[in-house]
Amino acid sequence: MEPNYEDLADEGGALELPAEPMRLNMGPSHPAMHGTIRMVLELDGETVNEVDVQPGYLHRGFEKSCERGTWGQVYPYVDRLNYVSPMLNNVGFSLAVEKLCDIKVPERCSWYRMILGELARISDHLTCNSAGAMELGAFTPFLWCVKVRDWVWDILEEETGARLTHSFGRIGGMAAPPTPHLKDAVRAIIPQVHEVLLETESLLLKNRIFLDRMQGIGKLSKARALALGVTGPVLRSTGVDYDVRKANPYLLYDRVDFDIPIGHDGDNYDRFMVRFEEIRQSLRILEQCIEKMPDEGPINVDDPRVILPEKGDVYNTIEGTIAHFKLVMEGFKPPPGEVYSYTEGGNGELGFFIVSDGSGTPYRVRVRPPCFYNLQATREMICGEMIADIVPTFGSINMIGGECDR
Amino acid sequence: MSKRVVERLKAQFGTKILETSDFRGDETVVVARADWAVVGKFLRDDAECAMDMPVDFTAVDYPDRAQRFEVIFMVRSLSKNHRLRMKTRVAEGEKVPTLIDVWEGVNWPEREVFDMFGITFEGHPDLRRILMYPEFVGHPLRKDYDIAKTQPLVEYRDIGTDKFAPFDHNEGQPWSRVDWQERAHGRDIQVSPAIGLQEHQRPTLSKGHEYVAGAAPDPKE
Repeated sequence: MEPNYEDLADEGGALELPAEPMRLNMGPSHPAMHGTIRMVLELDGETVNEVDVQPGYLHRGFEKSCERGTWGQVYPYVDRLNYVSPMLNNVGFSLAVEKLCDIKVPERCSWYRMILGELARISDHLTCNSAGAMELGAFTPFLWCVKVRDWVWDILEEETGARLTHSFGRIGGMAAPPTPHLKDAVRAIIPQVHEVLLETESLLLKNRIFLDRMQGIGKLSKARALALGVTGPVLRSTGVDYDVRKANPYLLYDRVDFDIPIGHDGDNYDRFMVRFEEIRQSLRILEQCIEKMPDEGPINVDDPRVILPEKGDVYNTIEGTIAHFKLVMEGFKPPPGEVYSYTEGGNGELGFFIVSDGSGTPYRVRVRPPCFYNLQATREMICGEMIADIVPTFGSINMIGGECDR
Repeated sequence: MSKRVVERLKAQFGTKILETSDFRGDETVVVARADWAVVGKFLRDDAECAMDMPVDFTAVDYPDRAQRFEVIFMVRSLSKNHRLRMKTRVAEGEKVPTLIDVWEGVNWPEREVFDMFGITFEGHPDLRRILMYPEFVGHPLRKDYDIAKTQPLVEYRDIGTDKFAPFDHNEGQPWSRVDWQERAHGRDIQVSPAIGLQEHQRPTLSKGHEYVAGAAPDPKE
């Protein structure tokens, strides 16, 4: 690669540069990569001619592991799919099993799931956007957004007992009812989150370096995004208003008022702005949810085949003891059949295709990972761009290794 | 999911639609392996179906059945907002026609089904393993693959390092390289980018000359 300077004089000063493209291996543990992923690049100078994206370095056998426990034991695994917004996965899996069994949870539970889910979505989008800004050298927005994420996690910790891997969903309800101060806690952070969003935008959106590296970089057209199965903010940034919460409302999303932000270029900047606007819409949903969630009422469905009995009954009555034993040891037995249930996850349509053979163990749990399809489209975004554009483009996809590789 | 699409398919293909079902509102059609891509193409191109979004592609293993695998494809229409699940059943070793020509988005999922179940797709341009490594033995999501099974140790992999870092012997940055043969003889000289080439020091390897061990001048001399 290096020219032979001493020979230049002999050859009349003609500098012969290598003309064939160079192949470069990026990853699987590159410091600028969010997850463990390998990209084999074919470079022409600084321009990326071709790229082969190779996922799979975080494969832990999620789907295989689900096939050996009970249905309830899947929850810790789904937590570790998208570990930036685990509550959305919890809710998604609960809804899938409830669809299979035709269970309808009480209204209070649906509001509660929406509150926790929207909090998780805020933390997901904040992480993605601020980490993307950090990779472009803007460290302050990252610190500010992580501060907000910590407020969100404080609430989630108060509710579920864990900051990150909650395992809080249950089939037919939630592990615990909402704490009495949930509404006050959410009400308290909403204006603060708005303020930090404004501050962060004021830092970034007039910054020439940031704009130059985001606008017009990593473009994806509407037709290509649809053909490749892209969903979520990446699809909406290309101008398609597809959001599962609006298109096929689940929980009680048809009873809250919110908008779907869309972009029109499908570049990094649009993806960034769509995510920020979605945080604002999530805050709007949260405001309505805490107004509408009743303070009293059951959180779990009244069905002893699904829900564990009260602790007092377990210790004091023989029926309670046996019911608890059967549910824990054999697991709850859904009817045989297969359903596909889908929700709007942090990165797009998060679907669970579950097959039951009527026993207490799932026959097959397939998760439709939104990241996997979004990552498939990354090749088209990167090809033709400069090598330095890989980092912000890849960051704006928000690939989560746990979900993509399962 | 929509009943209308199932009716439309039945009207168009008749007995080629082997089975239909509707469980909890999920419309499913089963077609033969040979009709897999044809039905797919119709679903995309027909104005009433207009299925333009691939949703998910997966498989389920039923080892007791004669046709062991169920290949499952879920598709959605953006404009009509309806969904359909398409299935075909294949035995071990049978090939399924690829759907890439119809929906490009099934490229990676088909690779994943190949990786996890060992089902091959006819006409797929790039059927490599995607989540597992190439040396992996077996297909992990088959029911007869024991979850506690261990895999053999992978030998050191000699991927064709042509033009991969650390490049050829006369390329790249010389100061980051160690000439092990020279170091073994105690004649190794580090070329520092800050100091540059010292007097009597051998020229950098990037000169492009054939480098002969021992030909470099000894700095002690």
